[in-house]
Amino acid sequence: MKLILHIWRQKNQASPGKMVRYEVEANEHMSFLEMLDVLNENLIAKGEEPVAFDHDCREGICGSCGFMINGVAHGPLPNTTVCQLHMRHFKSGDELYLEPWRAAAFPVIKDLVVDRSAFDRIIAAGGYISVATGSAPDGNAIPVRKQDADLAMDAAQCIGCGACVAACPNASASLFMAAKITHLGLLPQGQPERKERVLKMVAAANRELFGSCTNIGECEAVCPKGIRMEFIGRMNRDYLNASFTYQEEKEMAGVG
Amino acid sequence: MTLDSRIPSGPIEQKWDRCKFELKLVNPANKRKFHIIVVGTGLAGGSAAASLGELGYNVKAFCFQDSPRRAHSIAAQGGINAAKNYQNDGDSIYRLFYDTIKGGDFRAREANVYRLAQISVNIIDQCVAQGVPFAREYGGLLANRSFGGAQVSRTFYARGQTGQQLLLGCYQALERQVDAGRVLMFPRTEMLDLIVINGKARGIVTRNLITGKIESHLADAVILATGGYGNVYYLSTNAKGSNATAIWRAYKRGALMANPCFTQIHPTCIPVSGDYQSKLTLMSESLRNDGRIWVPLKKGDKRPPTEIPEEERDYYLERKYPSFGNLVPRDVASRAAKAVCDEGRGVGETGLGVYLDFSDAIRRLGRKTIEERYGNLFEMYERITGEDPYKTPMRIFPAIHYTMGGLWVDYHLMSTIPGLFVLGEANFSDHGANRLGASALMQGLADGYFIIPYTLGDYLANTKLEKVDDSHSAVKDAEREVTVRIQKLLSIKGKRSVDSFHRELGKLVWDYCGMARNAKGLQYAMGKIAELAEEFYHNVNVVGDGNELNQSLEKAGRVADFFELAQLMCRDALERNESCGGHFREEFQTPEGEALRDDENYCHVAAWEYKGEGQSPVLHKEPLRFEYVHLTQRSYK
Repeated sequence: MKLILHIWRQKNQASPGKMVRYEVEANEHMSFLEMLDVLNENLIAKGEEPVAFDHDCREGICGSCGFMINGVAHGPLPNTTVCQLHMRHFKSGDELYLEPWRAAAFPVIKDLVVDRSAFDRIIAAGGYISVATGSAPDGNAIPVRKQDADLAMDAAQCIGCGACVAACPNASASLFMAAKITHLGLLPQGQPERKERVLKMVAAANRELFGSCTNIGECEAVCPKGIRMEFIGRMNRDYLNASFTYQEEKEMAGVG
Repeated sequence: MTLDSRIPSGPIEQKWDRCKFELKLVNPANKRKFHIIVVGTGLAGGSAAASLGELGYNVKAFCFQDSPRRAHSIAAQGGINAAKNYQNDGDSIYRLFYDTIKGGDFRAREANVYRLAQISVNIIDQCVAQGVPFAREYGGLLANRSFGGAQVSRTFYARGQTGQQLLLGCYQALERQVDAGRVLMFPRTEMLDLIVINGKARGIVTRNLITGKIESHLADAVILATGGYGNVYYLSTNAKGSNATAIWRAYKRGALMANPCFTQIHPTCIPVSGDYQSKLTLMSESLRNDGRIWVPLKKGDKRPPTEIPEEERDYYLERKYPSFGNLVPRDVASRAAKAVCDEGRGVGETGLGVYLDFSDAIRRLGRKTIEERYGNLFEMYERITGEDPYKTPMRIFPAIHYTMGGLWVDYHLMSTIPGLFVLGEANFSDHGANRLGASALMQGLADGYFIIPYTLGDYLANTKLEKVDDSHSAVKDAEREVTVRIQKLLSIKGKRSVDSFHRELGKLVWDYCGMARNAKGLQYAMGKIAELAEEFYHNVNVVGDGNELNQSLEKAGRVADFFELAQLMCRDALERNESCGGHFREEFQTPEGEALRDDENYCHVAAWEYKGEGQSPVLHKEPLRFEYVHLTQRSYK
């Protein structure tokens, strides 16, 4: 099959970018990234710079890859990262526009590669349970309801790819944060820091210039791991509760 | 050079406790005076960096990915072993130790493996406390499943994404230390050399992958946790970026490389479909719990699998190994698949594949149970192949998955360079000639959470560390050598891409130093690899320049090191005139085609010392003694 690609080329963060047209011969068994590998091999043979794109595991789990294909994060197939998208879902003659994630919090580094370190800083702000190595009780000391563990796992599957931000008209990181807050908030181990966690993570997201959630739902539609929007509701509930009670509880608490 | 493994004296169950007691400590106020470098942020490196940060050390952590959360541990699917015996099915620390020694075909150190089994139980506790959402039973307690090479259920899992969940737990612990200012994180930064001063590891040279800037980082100790070298084969289940450069540079600076020919072929991967293919995808070994492996009885039977009647199928693992059946260890399952394909009974377009069939399990347990256990794996299979495994059997074939070999370390996980510690897959220590399923996650976390925090302190407390700074000649030399190497790769401007060389190298290593090896083939491969490396340095085309994000340049440096490593793998395979675990020399097999060990001559760790450009490396042997598990021919019949 023959494809026409229009790819965003940008040398670095300081230079302006533009769309460049390419043609490439592919076959239906290739993954989308393998099709780009073929394009890159052709470019190298001509002495041109290959298209830079992030990728690593190519199994849909590391969260490295991702760009817009015709305006849709990770392309047309639901629940699929671009590395797991295969060319059998396209047909010869298709014209595809590839662009990097676009968000103020994700500056473009080169071509389709963006800087997502803001996600790391949100996790660093509070997306964890504080448990120093060696201090844990026996794994079965605290039973966890299977329903809670399963739902926590649903949320914990987030791969941090950033598609939710790229798809959101507000460039909100709500789905990403909600996934972590839901995962840890459902487990008994996550309770002691539950209020602090949501307040700190939301504050961090605001500092990073992510927008707010207005319940549009584009995030859920593109999430390759099927993270559900209802988790944002859980986060908002935690946030509201914490906003009203956390400060007061802190003041009422002992001096430590 | 004598290799001192520093195994503590005393009965095996007391060795680690005794060692911990005898280790010198660094007092809390002094810990913050020490600077530690950790390279790699997978389960081993991430857990080490987080734990050392918690203890109060000043840690700098490095990864080439854009975030520490993306290290390739994340892709581990099936689970993590621990001798909890929650199932009351006869498991114990001793049994996990025994299974791992036997599974490794008696080529690992007893003391290390025993410690690993002891620590396994703490790992589960730690991960549960971090919020890792392990699978649970309705009563709220942890669930287990069984895995290859064991007859007890000791594997803990989080659906088919256990590695992801363990890594995220460890990444979150790491980020907590980043926020606390105790760990400084350097993502998109690749280690390109090791700095050795007065015989001690004192730092690394790195390249910032965005700006191309070459920098030195100095420290009191360096920890490498950079994973395995499976990508020497080009097609492997490793992530595309996984590479051997860090350990190879350490080798060239004097660290010994142990058992490089011990590589693991995983039996259940999706078969290769074309020459554009960029990687192989693993289907978790846990699938063998419920899936049955078979090929047609007749050669060249091209009927669709559903039309082949039961009596014309050969469930060859169940036939050859009745007691373990589909759950034999990986090396045995892989070789058996190769054997039936060599007989012409392989399936799929290429004939390089066997069926993994779930129809019996679906009939027995219902589709819903199978979905719950393996749903995401089935989806992944369907996405890649376009076939629905609920309706038609999966096609699978072995692929390179893990490398048991790696830098030689003693019981303290220190290499032959004082101050250079090596953790996880990057070291050679615990899996012998074959790793059992669900043991890689266990080892990575054991090394990082529970071993290095103790042994590192002992090194620091016992060692006089001179003050060093950037102006030291060793630092300048290492930086200059890195810069020269990069300039050289950029200046060749030949006709072939880096990938084309890598693909060709991978094919050579796979054909001659893969699932089966022989002396003639290995010698041939060594000649061919040398020729190809020669061509690489005259004809590779690395487009772009060095002071920007340049993915071709990154790959070129890694492939250059793979050429040299591939030579050493073949040399090691040629030297080891026996078959054991993943190392199968065709000349040495039993009449039934099983691996034939030679314990009289090869019951040792082969550790190679670099002797300089153009010189042959020198082999050192660390003898292995088996006092608890007696040397026997493995049998899974």
